[in-house]
Amino acid sequence: MNPIFGTPAATGARDAEWDQQEAAFGRLITSDEVDTSHGPILYLDDVTVSFDGFKALNKLSLTVERGELRCIIGPNGAGKTTMMDVITGKTRPDSGQVFFGQRMDLTRMREAQIAHAGIGRKFQKPSVFESHTVFENLELAMKTDKRARHSLFAELTAAQRKRIDEVLEIVVLGAHAGKLAGLLSHGQKQWLEIGMLLMQEPLLLMLDEPVAGMTDDETARTAELLERLSGDHSIIVVEHDMDFVGSIARTVTVLHEGSVLAEGTMSQVQSDERVVEVYLGR
Amino acid sequence: MIGRIVGLYGSRGWLGVGAFLLLFGIALPLLSALGGPVHVSGYYIALLGKIMCYAMVALALDLIWGYTGILSLGHGLFFALGGYSLGMYLMRAIGHEGVYQSDLPDFMVFLDWKAYPWYWAGTDSFWYAAALVVLVPGLLAFVFGFFAFRSRIKGVYFSIITQAMTFAFMLLFFRNNTGFGGNNGFTDFKRILGYTISQPSTKAVLFAITAFTLVFALLACRYVVTSKLGRVLVAIRDAETRLMFSGYDTLWYKLFVWTLSAVLCGIAGALYVPQVGIINPTEMSPANSIEIAIWVAVGGRGSLVGALLGAFIVNLAKSWFTVAFPEYWLYFLGLVFILVTLFLPRGVIGAVETWRKRRDSRAGVAALGAKVAMTGMAGGAR
Repeated sequence: MNPIFGTPAATGARDAEWDQQEAAFGRLITSDEVDTSHGPILYLDDVTVSFDGFKALNKLSLTVERGELRCIIGPNGAGKTTMMDVITGKTRPDSGQVFFGQRMDLTRMREAQIAHAGIGRKFQKPSVFESHTVFENLELAMKTDKRARHSLFAELTAAQRKRIDEVLEIVVLGAHAGKLAGLLSHGQKQWLEIGMLLMQEPLLLMLDEPVAGMTDDETARTAELLERLSGDHSIIVVEHDMDFVGSIARTVTVLHEGSVLAEGTMSQVQSDERVVEVYLGR
Repeated sequence: MIGRIVGLYGSRGWLGVGAFLLLFGIALPLLSALGGPVHVSGYYIALLGKIMCYAMVALALDLIWGYTGILSLGHGLFFALGGYSLGMYLMRAIGHEGVYQSDLPDFMVFLDWKAYPWYWAGTDSFWYAAALVVLVPGLLAFVFGFFAFRSRIKGVYFSIITQAMTFAFMLLFFRNNTGFGGNNGFTDFKRILGYTISQPSTKAVLFAITAFTLVFALLACRYVVTSKLGRVLVAIRDAETRLMFSGYDTLWYKLFVWTLSAVLCGIAGALYVPQVGIINPTEMSPANSIEIAIWVAVGGRGSLVGALLGAFIVNLAKSWFTVAFPEYWLYFLGLVFILVTLFLPRGVIGAVETWRKRRDSRAGVAALGAKVAMTGMAGGAR
């Protein structure tokens, strides 16, 4: 089993095999298990990313604890999306460290490996597989062996069907299971994408503007859902909707020009003069 | 597994497959080989045999373009490589019956070569040549695909590179020194596995084998696109980034379907050469590969049966047109492509489906109306 042939498998035996292989290649990734016994689940230290001289991230340091629900706000161009790109492996930082748990160095992993290790990402623009049904969308996202040769012969087990049905209930799309995802409303697509993240069984969920385009009712239900999910999952929410952030946030981080400007509770952050100046005051 | 294969098509689909095999796999070849009252002329056997090979290429392109969203404009290359691979065996099977009555093919005698170049080694064996039919296009596609997909080359850039690749190979094969007969290519075949190639019975058998291979290819493709892997391919087409962040390493999916597609083309090319009796570098010309894309577009991208239909429709039209109005064929082909793009974005098969849906919904509305009328009457009677 070569690492370039796919992402690590879900089963225990395969994990052991994978570990040995990885050790043999002398990489830093030593386990599929995310070790948070001695600290945070996500650790960014001194991360810098520049595009043609423009520093999208400038010595950004940030930690997220296990089970935390963290909101990140900041004006346009503050580096929120770039930060997510770095964490999910889409962009490689010029310098700095990014660790998932104690041992997983995210700067050395490919997108699919990172997703498999337990980081799920929801995009700003709802991104679902439009010519697949809602059910198939969830099936594709499900945590399982995602290598090509497995997919060619894969059949859904009863337990997997049950899991899909459960998530369908959670995201209230049970009545639309057989509908093409492209035909869903904007809010339903957002929920389907959250459902797809849940199917991945991630340890860390990153949501980029999850309530954009949702009705007040849908927004309230999303807040409720995120509350319920935090604890078991660590969640990072990037959002512009201040009411929504206020309703869910325990800790808010404000980004500005690629680094952390302030961090604290919503009221602390709102009374911070620098924050008011760059962001809230506008 | 058996249940999965039976479930590939519904009863109507299997009926279609059976009817095709009965007609193309058994009836037509028998009628042409035996003669008798209802004789099928060699012309039609040659024409339909050729089109079945093209249909297999259309299937292959549909896998990578229609389902995975990667347009290859170099599929003619894989087709030609499969043809050349078997052609090497056919050239050696000529034996001493060439013009120069030498051990070597005529074109090598002409170049004053004394022995076969190293890459011709072993090609006197049919089975080795048959293995090359799969291995040569498969290996080239795998290596090319690995670097292209790993560098995340997509869309029009990928199409242009494939087009350039087939053009480069065409120039290479045009050279006499490449050792594949230069611009004349391979022709004047005498026999295959000991059977005289010009005999109607040999042609009929080749025709039947092509029909069965085409059906096998269709079922294999159907298996792929209805598997979870097939759903991943469509997801690559629609939202590749989403898929990567869901934990799929799309490189291996693309590489699998790309290589499979090339191998299918190679097999089609190998079936084409003994039936048509010639293979030369014009098969690798960029225009040929573009024409393949037109077949698929006309028939309907993302539908296997659509791709088959497209290959049959365009090539039957071509064989009629090039006889009736030889100068205008290319204009007509261009016009068809424009019209299909404008008015039938999902090809002929898409148009048929839309028509069927509309008919069904109309029938549904009528049935509902009748039902409402009936209950209304029943209510009135009460």
